[in-house]
Amino acid sequence: MSIKITNGNATDEVAPQFSAERMVEVQRIINQYPEGKHKSALMRILHMAEEDFGGWLSVPTMNYVAGILNIQPIEVYEVATFYTMFNIEKPGKVVLEVCRTGPCMLVGSDNIIDHLKLQLGVEVGGTSADGMFTLKTAECLGACGYGPMLQCGKHYHEHLTTEKVDALLDAFRKEHSTSSNN
Amino acid sequence: MGRKLLLEHVNVPGIETYEVYRKNGGYRSVEKALKTMSPQNVVEEVQASGLRGRGGAGFPTGMKWSFLAKPEGVPRYLLCNADESEPGTFKDRYLMEKIPHLLVEGMITSSYALGCNQAYIYIRGEYMWVLEIVEKAIAEAYANGWLGKNILGSGYDLDLSIAPGGGAYICGEETALIESLEGKRGNPRIKPPFPAVKGLWGCPTVVNNVETIAAVVPIVNDGGAEYAKIGIGKSTGTKLISACGNLVKPGVYELDLGVSVEEFIYSDEWCGGIANGKKLKACVPGGSSVPILPANLVCKTAEGTDRLMTYESLAEGGFASGSMLGSGGFIVFDEDQCIVRNTWNFARFYAHESCGQCSPCREGTGWMEKVLHRLEYGHGNLRDIDLLAEINKKIEGNTICPLGDAAAWPVAAAIRHFREEFEWHVTNPDEAQKRNFGIASAHVPLV
Repeated sequence: MSIKITNGNATDEVAPQFSAERMVEVQRIINQYPEGKHKSALMRILHMAEEDFGGWLSVPTMNYVAGILNIQPIEVYEVATFYTMFNIEKPGKVVLEVCRTGPCMLVGSDNIIDHLKLQLGVEVGGTSADGMFTLKTAECLGACGYGPMLQCGKHYHEHLTTEKVDALLDAFRKEHSTSSNN
Repeated sequence: MGRKLLLEHVNVPGIETYEVYRKNGGYRSVEKALKTMSPQNVVEEVQASGLRGRGGAGFPTGMKWSFLAKPEGVPRYLLCNADESEPGTFKDRYLMEKIPHLLVEGMITSSYALGCNQAYIYIRGEYMWVLEIVEKAIAEAYANGWLGKNILGSGYDLDLSIAPGGGAYICGEETALIESLEGKRGNPRIKPPFPAVKGLWGCPTVVNNVETIAAVVPIVNDGGAEYAKIGIGKSTGTKLISACGNLVKPGVYELDLGVSVEEFIYSDEWCGGIANGKKLKACVPGGSSVPILPANLVCKTAEGTDRLMTYESLAEGGFASGSMLGSGGFIVFDEDQCIVRNTWNFARFYAHESCGQCSPCREGTGWMEKVLHRLEYGHGNLRDIDLLAEINKKIEGNTICPLGDAAAWPVAAAIRHFREEFEWHVTNPDEAQKRNFGIASAHVPLV
């Protein structure tokens, strides 16, 4: 029914590897598609790879995923570069994506973006000097009635004010300084 | 007018769990369909209901289903389009987040009607936490015998799973969605062949919006004729409207098609009026792709009759003085909002989201964005306004998918109704360059 999972054919020294637990999940996703149609699992696995391997898709990571699905690396590259959610450059530890589209703009997303630029000392697309935050803008994230808003990882932070943004930044800083102490 | 078919139980604590959903009458439509109806009976009920696609196009669902090719020995697929990305639209997210089993139930009943043994929900990648909610509901449905082999002893088998996108508006177009689900770039396909003949992996496929699939549940439970009694004319049933912008109470509302726009905007039962005591300036009633309406054409048509929340009434007057119900993404602008800035914002959205396959769209959306940017920031000239109209004409109808049209129409409508505001940006460049986008509207009287 399903293709056999291997650890990929990536030869790069720093080739990443999913944990055994994650491989079970990868196999479950591949099994959702008929035989020979396992390429359909690509996007979900790329999301998992980003989550597990530092928040971005390096060439070795993409080659590794190609190996798992037994497809050509170019098939992974073209997908990874087409969809805006995939980072093909290493971002900061925390990626903040502020929605800038019409409905959010009507309720003040420009102010939130300006405030974040000031607080982080970066332009949109930039990463703060300490490597902690990357500031991005996003097109409509489907939170139009709850704006202004930003997405961080899997989470939406809605009804933002500059005060709420400051509190969020503090919380992220605390979270990441504790996790690096561990 | 407080009737709710889809959101009736949305505030019941624990409704996202199988037990509570079932206790509140969940999965009855599956029981009824599998035990007492043939697949064709279900299709007939949907045809009788007059249900129209809730994703934006408004195409009759029963008719779409009847087009599905049924060659012997070839699998058929039902895909649910949960790639909700149209600016102003957040109703599907609300439904899936709050009452995920309604979608799962609708998928089972609809798949049975279409004779599909495999169905997929394609959800936008940014809704990853919603994916997890729906995936949990699917697992619960399997555990309780509503999915898998021989459902309810009927001999009918169905597998259902959910797949994420990666952040591409274009994947809401059904053939792009299919490409994406095949693990490829989301480039729309040339039609024909239509998905009903050649869709996912070259097999006959139906693609329906989340809300459309959910509406099949009450249609099967109560009968298509009962559903068709709600609404006016060819706009039957209830519709989820996601209201946003400068409103007192933005949010997702279920309403009977036929409620007046005035009531929807101003009554306390719905949006509660314009926020901060301001005046209405304009409204985009069906998601960013539909024409904008100036205040005088929002609540009344050009003929002076009441504008209603129906497919027909919102479109009354054609492109000259009407708009569209679209996806139900209802965006309201108060008197301080700058139409030029908003038009530029939406143009930027389409330029960003064009897949790049067709030159008129790939290049044209970028040009429109640039021209609108220079108008908004006070570097434009009067010829630019006509230039926009020219570019528009060259995109419209010249692309594989409707993204080109969706990018062109809002610009054309904004110029049609708010030309003075565009001209003001040219004649007052210094003020136009200032950051406060409310300035422009202060100098242009409300229509």
